[in-house]
Order: sequence, then structure tokens, then C-alpha cells
Amino acid sequence: MNFDFSDEQKQLRDTARKFLAEKCPPKAVRAVIGGKAPYDRDLWKGLAEMGLLGVAIPEAYGGTGAGHLELCVIAEEMGRALAPVPFSSTVYLAAEALLIAGSEAQKQKWLPVIASGDAIGTLALFEGKGNPSPQAIKLAASGGKLDGVKKPVADGAIADFAIVAARTGSTGRETDISLFLVDMKADGVEAKALANIDPSRNQAEIVFKNCKAEPLGALGEGWSIIAQVLDRAAVLLAFEQVGGADRALEMGRDYALDRIAFGRPIGSFQAIKHMLADMYVSATLARSNCYYGAWALSTNAGELPEAAAAARISATQAFQHCAKNNIQVHGGMGFTWEFDCHLYYRRANATALSLGSLSYWEDALIDRMRKRNAA
Amino acid sequence: MNFDDTPQEAAFRAEAKAWIAANAPKQYEEELKNSSLGRAVLKGANVLDVAKAWQKKKADAGWACLHWPKEYGGRGASPIERVIWQQEEGAFGKLSSTFIIGHGMCGPTVMAYASEEHKRRYLPPLASGEDIWCQLFSEPAGGSDVAGLRTRAEKRGDEWVINGQKIWTSGAHYSDYGILLTRTDPAVPKHKGLTMFFLSMKSPGIEIRPIKQGNGNSDFNEVYFTDVKIPDSQRLGAVNDGWNVSLTTLMNERMSIGGGMATGFSELFEFCNNLMLEDGLAIDDRGVRSKLAHWAVRASGLKYTSMRAISALSKGERPGPENSIGKLVAGSMIQDISAYAMDLQGAAGVLSGPEDAEVAGKFQAMLLRAPGTRIEGGTDEIMRNIIAERVLGLPGDIRVDKDVPFNQIPTKGRS
Repeated sequence: MNFDFSDEQKQLRDTARKFLAEKCPPKAVRAVIGGKAPYDRDLWKGLAEMGLLGVAIPEAYGGTGAGHLELCVIAEEMGRALAPVPFSSTVYLAAEALLIAGSEAQKQKWLPVIASGDAIGTLALFEGKGNPSPQAIKLAASGGKLDGVKKPVADGAIADFAIVAARTGSTGRETDISLFLVDMKADGVEAKALANIDPSRNQAEIVFKNCKAEPLGALGEGWSIIAQVLDRAAVLLAFEQVGGADRALEMGRDYALDRIAFGRPIGSFQAIKHMLADMYVSATLARSNCYYGAWALSTNAGELPEAAAAARISATQAFQHCAKNNIQVHGGMGFTWEFDCHLYYRRANATALSLGSLSYWEDALIDRMRKRNAA
Repeated sequence: MNFDDTPQEAAFRAEAKAWIAANAPKQYEEELKNSSLGRAVLKGANVLDVAKAWQKKKADAGWACLHWPKEYGGRGASPIERVIWQQEEGAFGKLSSTFIIGHGMCGPTVMAYASEEHKRRYLPPLASGEDIWCQLFSEPAGGSDVAGLRTRAEKRGDEWVINGQKIWTSGAHYSDYGILLTRTDPAVPKHKGLTMFFLSMKSPGIEIRPIKQGNGNSDFNEVYFTDVKIPDSQRLGAVNDGWNVSLTTLMNERMSIGGGMATGFSELFEFCNNLMLEDGLAIDDRGVRSKLAHWAVRASGLKYTSMRAISALSKGERPGPENSIGKLVAGSMIQDISAYAMDLQGAAGVLSGPEDAEVAGKFQAMLLRAPGTRIEGGTDEIMRNIIAERVLGLPGDIRVDKDVPFNQIPTKGRS
């Protein structure tokens, strides 16, 4: 048994970590938060040049074809660095949807420009409050034209193309939903950025008015594709969350070692030590669940839906737990704008909601465990 | 990333599987499978007898204490082979709980510190289960603060004379031998005046009294020593170096991995999958599902953390103190899960008789036993200290008694 990443994959992690430490210090995250640019273009370009955007894209479509385990490794580093780039939307959602359901022409057109950093993609799924469900999708598609509003859409205001979930039937079944690919430069599509708790990432509203769109995948198969994409993205995003959780834990640990109060490092007080030990427990449980998710994702195992939900829940809890208690360990300084703690706190609470909330994934996990139990 | 055995591991697994299939006491398999928590209970058979018989059979065929050297009754197997054996032994492994302390803690300490003659004499019958060993460390005045123990050992000629009291000794009443940590010099700071011995539990002057626990059971004992004599040849390590010797023992306790701590999750899942509430099956309730999911990922997280440690073993690496999370997580889980399972039953959750209670009162029994799980073998707080200090590298506690002679340390709080 080798329930671990390979030496090559660990080397890739080191490379990515080093690159991000240099090109994506907290200053770079703060530049995007400060509104200097909607995302870090130089970093995005650099990631493309390093070949990091296309590790799970086959060579035939311009990627390096390394695979999903490699993508997991990179995702963790992106989370650790709070990379202010449209990585998750483009790589986990749009590229995966194309790989699962795209026509040859669609893959030829979009995957190489994703890998080269020349196109940002996203999945336009949500329509206001609520979790992923076929019933929640009202945006209508008829005659190849879309009408409706999507929000929030991650990176919607900076995307070059969007994969849009639309209603093409009214039977009340999953097969009422189909996917469409929309070029964001097309007529009848308008995106605007929305204020959100983590301004290092873009959130948008996209209004479609009689907008021309091409189908992605077969008519009526939209929901089944979305379900697969969400499971894959859940594992990948969980790795980002674990990366963020680990970094928040390290920040708390380092501060506890350096900060003196009552004549001793605060890390010598059990109240602080135990808080950090509990953060370590959360992060370790999450990492282990993520490894199982990575195995299921990379082998396309039947266990993926259950493994993805477990990884997602565990990683959401761990990142939220570590980010909030990192602030607590820092005390007053942790609540200042100047310290980086709030950057992790913001990201932890924002990523907890992308792809559906914690309770959505809890519900999904129990459903999937029951199915396995009954089988 | 894969779950596949190496060819060598696969061959070992096949051999173990075949031997177990041909030799295990299959008549008890079902009962052992169902006894998920605490000591196994068998109807119409004495567990201790069944456990000893199985252990002896394993030892005769070279399957006992796999990682020990052959000359001491083991197999000289690699750590990963030991894990593979545990996986294959499955429910029959629950019979080993009687020997855990002897094999996991006493044996390695004897191996590290006893004379060659003693090792060859005492270790093989310990491996084969013919002799059962216990560990005599904790005292009324020394729990988490083990080094605060007060049991005296005084040298008289070639012998040591022991007086004092130990507590929380598992299995003392059926043990043949024990390892004993004593105070040999009370005039020096506490860690520097301790000495370790092993002794026969049949020695004159030993009195063993069962402790009645808060849950009504008696799994542990108090052991009283009155002028008990131990030959100096049964000293383990140097005089006054007992603290370092005890660290060997405790380190080995934490090296035992792959066994899998009980969390109560599979019992709760099964229960919720069958329990009818006013408006349907418990597992269809949104609140119930949220709780279940919360515990599900902790249970799976523990499972895969242990697989990561096994993987490290397989590569010849030594798993770190990360394994301390197992007991810390499982202890609270079992407590919270049992309380929740009872909560789902409303007022009737209070009933614990097998005829009235759901699942024959298993959850009520779990609830009452759980506080002990969070204390024994290192309290939750000690586990958090270990993680904080050894994994995260935070400073140790400031110890106000560190440089104070033991006999000058205050013994009373508020008077």
C-alpha cells in the first residue's frame, strides 16, 4: 500500500510552493483585495508558464497530462498561498466539465487556452440563495438562446467563457436540466462584480438576455454532468482548504512561539497549546479524508461521490476551525487589517460556501453512505 | 497512491490468511464481531481461556508478537507485516486485548533493559500468553504526573523492599508478572529518583483489590505493596534512571497502530438507519443527518490517518506522534455519540435494561464507560500536550517542581 503522494508529486508540491512563496506573498493577495485588479494577472501567466494550469489536461489538448493527483498537490499550494486567481473556477469546474462532456471541437477550442492561461472559465450554476439542485435552476434555454440570471458566479466578471446550467424541460425531473457553453463576449450576456466577504476572489452576477449558447453534452444530461463536476471539484477544493488550514495553523503556532506575555511565550500556556493541538487534529483528519478523495478522483473509483463529500466536509470544518482560532491565538493583533489572519478567515468562510454549503454536503454524504450500505 | 500490497506483502498476507482460516476459533467469530466496545464477552465460554488458547496456538506456529525477535518468542517480522496480520486476524484480534499491556508495553521494556538470561526466560511465555503481565505506574498521587509517584523501594542487601500503593492497574488480578516504577530517592527532584523493576505478581505482600468504577464494572485494580521483596537482578535500567526507562514503555504504547479505536460511529449509523421517529426514519431527518455526517468524517479521517501511518511503515519510515490523535478523537466521539443515540429516544433513552433499551442497552453502557476512555492511557489534556509539544514544537509546561527535591514538593492544595 502507498497511501501517499509519490516522490515526483512531492517534488511538484515543493516547486509549486516555492513559486507561490515568491510570486504570491500576502502583498499580492492584498493588492487584489484593495481593488488594484480583479485578479493577479502576472501570477496567472506565471502559473501557465510553469505548466500548472494544465496538469490534468491531456497533452492532446495542450496540457501536461500529468493527472489529478498532481492537480490535488497544486490545489493544496494554491490554498496555502490564498492565490488570488481564478484557478478553482477555470481548472476544477470549467476544464473538468469540458473533459467530461465537451465535444471534440469544444475541447480543442477551450482546453489549450485554459492551459496556456489565455482563457478563464467558470460554471454558472447558482441563482440566488440555496444549494445545488435541479429545481433551483430557472434560467431557461430554448432554441439555443438563454434567458435568466446567475449569481453568485465565481470569477463570472473576469471569465472568457461560462458553462451555464439551464432548464430545457418541465417534467420536474433531473433531465429537465442541460448545460450550455457561452462565450462571455457574446451579445446578450452581461456580468458585473459583486461585493463579497473574500474580495481576493471575484464573485459576479451574470444576466443572459436572448443570449446565443451552444450545448455542452447531450440535452437533458446537464444535471448528471454537474453532479460529476461537483464531486471532482469538491476533492480539489478540499485540498485548497487543507492547504489554507495548514497555513493558518502554522501562523498560529509561530505567533505562539514568538509572542511573550506574562513573562513567557504564550505557546507555553495550555489554553493556547490545546487550541493549537485541536487545530492540528482537524487539519490532520481533513488531510486524511482528502487523500482518500484524491485516490478516488485519480482512479475514477465508484467511491468518489462518498469520498468527495467526506473530504469536502472535513476540509471545510478544518479550514474554518484553523482560520478562526488562528485569530484567537493572535489576540487583538489578529483582528487588525494589518495582520494576515483575516485573509485566511475570509477565504475559509468563502470556500465553505462555494459548491454548496456544509449542510448540503452533509446531506449528500449520508445519502451516499446509505446507498453503499443498502448495496 | 494505491491500496495495493507489494508482492512481498501479498505473499505474507496470503500465508497469514490461510493459517487463520485453518486455525482460528471460528465458533466465536460472530460474537467477537458483535462485541465492538470494551472487552469481548462470550456466552458459555471464559474469554480469558479462549484468549490464552488462541495466543498459544499462534505462538506455537510463529504468529505471536510478530515484530519481536524469534529468540524471544516472536517472528522477527517487519512493522508492516504486523499490520497485515492484524488486518487478517480481524475479529479474533479482539481476543488479544488481554495481552495488549504485556506485549505492547512490558515486553519492549524488558527487551530493552533486562539481562539476556531474563529475556530468554520471561519473554517467550509472555509472547505465547502463558504468562500475563501488567504495568504498575499510576498511583493515587501520580496520574498524569506519573513522576509524582510515592511507592518506595529501599535497598536491603541484594534485595529491594517495596511499600506503597498502585492504582488503575488493568488485569492485575489475573497477571503473573508486572513492571513496577518506584521511588528510590525522595531527596532529589522527582524525575531523578525513580527506579524500574519487574516482579512476580504472586510475591508475598502484594494485595490486589478491584476498583468499582463509576459505570459499575471492575476493569482495574488497586495494588498494595507491604514489604514486598524484589531481587536486584530484576531491576530494569540503572538505579534512579526509572524515568527514562518508563519513557521506553510509554513510547511503545503509542507505537501500536493499525488496531483502530472504537468510535461508536458504525453503531450510531446502523441505529439511525433503523430507528423510527414520529415522522419517519431517523436517518431521513435533516438534523440527524448533519450530526451523522459530522461524526462520519471524523471516523473516516481516523481510518485514513491510520492508513497513512501504515503506508509510512510499509516504506520503512517510522510513524510520528501524529498517532496520538486517535484516542483523543475517538474518546470524545464515543461519549458524544452515545449521548446522542439516547437523545433520539427521548425519555425512554434513560432505560438501560437489555429488554427495554434499544440495541440492548449498548449506548447507555457506552455513555457510562466513555469518561474512562478519555482518561486512561493519557488524558485528553495529556494527548493535547503531546501534540502541541512533540508535533507542533511548542514549549513544555513550566514545571514549578522541576528542581525541587521530591520530599519538599507540596502535597496539599487548599487545606
